[in-house]
Amino acid sequence: MLEYRVEIALWAISGIIPFFMLNIWTNNNLNESINISDVMLSRYFLCAFFVRQFSVVWVVFSFEEDSLMGKVSPYLIQPLNPFFRYFAQHLAEQITRFPFALIIAFFFFIFNPESIWIPNLGILLLAIVSTFLSFLIQFLIQSIVACLCFWTEKASSIERLLFIPTLFLSGLLAPVVSFPEYVKSWLYLTPFPYLIDFPANLLSGNETNISGGLSMQILWIFLLFPLFKKIWSEGTKKYTAMGS
Amino acid sequence: MVQNIIDVKNLSKSFDISSKEPGLKGTIKHFFRRQTKSLKVIKNISFEIKKGEIVGFLGANGAGKTTILKMLCGLIYPSEGSILVSGHLPFRRKENFLKNITLIMGQKQQLIWDLPPIESFYLNASIYDLDKFEAKKRIQKLSEMLEIDEELFIPVRKLSLGQRMKSELLAALIHEPNILFLDEPTLGLDINAQRKLRKFLQKYNRETNATICLTSHYMKDITSLCKRVICVHEGAISYDGKLDLLLKKLSPVKEILIVCRSEDDATKLENYGFTVKNKIKNEITIKIENNSITSSLKTILNNFDIEDLFINEPPIDEVIGKVLIKKDYDI
Repeated sequence: MLEYRVEIALWAISGIIPFFMLNIWTNNNLNESINISDVMLSRYFLCAFFVRQFSVVWVVFSFEEDSLMGKVSPYLIQPLNPFFRYFAQHLAEQITRFPFALIIAFFFFIFNPESIWIPNLGILLLAIVSTFLSFLIQFLIQSIVACLCFWTEKASSIERLLFIPTLFLSGLLAPVVSFPEYVKSWLYLTPFPYLIDFPANLLSGNETNISGGLSMQILWIFLLFPLFKKIWSEGTKKYTAMGS
Repeated sequence: MVQNIIDVKNLSKSFDISSKEPGLKGTIKHFFRRQTKSLKVIKNISFEIKKGEIVGFLGANGAGKTTILKMLCGLIYPSEGSILVSGHLPFRRKENFLKNITLIMGQKQQLIWDLPPIESFYLNASIYDLDKFEAKKRIQKLSEMLEIDEELFIPVRKLSLGQRMKSELLAALIHEPNILFLDEPTLGLDINAQRKLRKFLQKYNRETNATICLTSHYMKDITSLCKRVICVHEGAISYDGKLDLLLKKLSPVKEILIVCRSEDDATKLENYGFTVKNKIKNEITIKIENNSITSSLKTILNNFDIEDLFINEPPIDEVIGKVLIKKDYDI
């Protein structure tokens, strides 16, 4: 079991990119240009870390591997869409990540005691909902890409194309507020800022449009879900059950 | 009259296959101008299977047996023709249909690798809407039939292939399906494990009247389980009928080894008019047609002093092997 515990800890540690970004931002005083205090920036990147921990998705890789190895076949003849399995796996892993994420947060506060804050219960609950919606959006996007396995066999390559904009536009590397106005104007129409930036701002107490953000998250889920169902239905007709 | 549970009419399946020449040039060409061709792997086949039947699908590698099973269970979409399984179009994968079938593919596992099989059983029970009490009852019953007990609580990755295969079967049967599609279920198992699995399938069929469609390269699986076989050759059905009829047709002659009391008797027998395969001292092997075995043996026993006699059936693998390379068998 030790191997599994270490693996879970490594998963959690592998998501510490927001802390590196925090370091770059504060050492170069970049926050001054966007009028965010050091404390608020620290909280933002800590929250970005938390949101990332509980919204990270890898369904495209699991599905691609299972599809190529013929493991999807037994799942397809069960009265449950195989994506529910992957969904349950993700939720289970999020629960296992929780204690490790708390430990990392504990050490973060030791080194940044001025950043300690306790969000009020209402905001905390909204942030949890928003993080879950962010997870749903990412899960649906990756599931749609995963379904391309029925046509291309290597859907993860397409996912790589999505990874770049996700990394830069989601708020993982920089708060969206720091982007130029003309970029922001169209960026808020895409799902990217609602993946990390919106939930992280919400949780950290930065100024944000709560109802607008949540509405956009729900809207994207309503747009992506039927698209996923359509691609799934068309894709399964193309399924050749290779590897089995 | 027993009703048909599987009804297949003029079924065909084609796959688009792309080919690549070797080397860098071939790779570049493949990238920019990929050449694909449509390959018809199942060609206009029709057959019916009755409820409770155990039918073996025979054929060489790549003949199309597994593709037929995959279409029957709804895994892949047919290109032409119609399939009705238990009154459903399989490829629509309706819940009522899926709750009635199961598919087991040798060594392709649905058990969760890092957890004990019991966890996968309860997961499957939930997927098939079984309550915990019913699931426990069925797990107990099936584990007794399959003779597994402690293995249920050991992580799958630590089980032997035989133990894993039994657990796979249990996971696939927990919802008590009426139709079983088994694609080489004994693949890789040792002789004892194969025998136990066959015994289990016979018992399951007897107790539940389930229909079983089976492919296997182990002839013992076919001969001990299936009264009827469907032979598939290059995507078409070359024979559909009783196994014993096929065997009689393919091996119309039996070899009989006769040990005479003296070499003289053996020489007399050699010249009596039978087809002689060989003769070594007082032992002579003759070939007799199946339909004249009784009369021929009576003649031999009445006219010669015989010490011992052995009737040799031709090896079943050899006989079935003939089917796999021939296009049509008209019995």
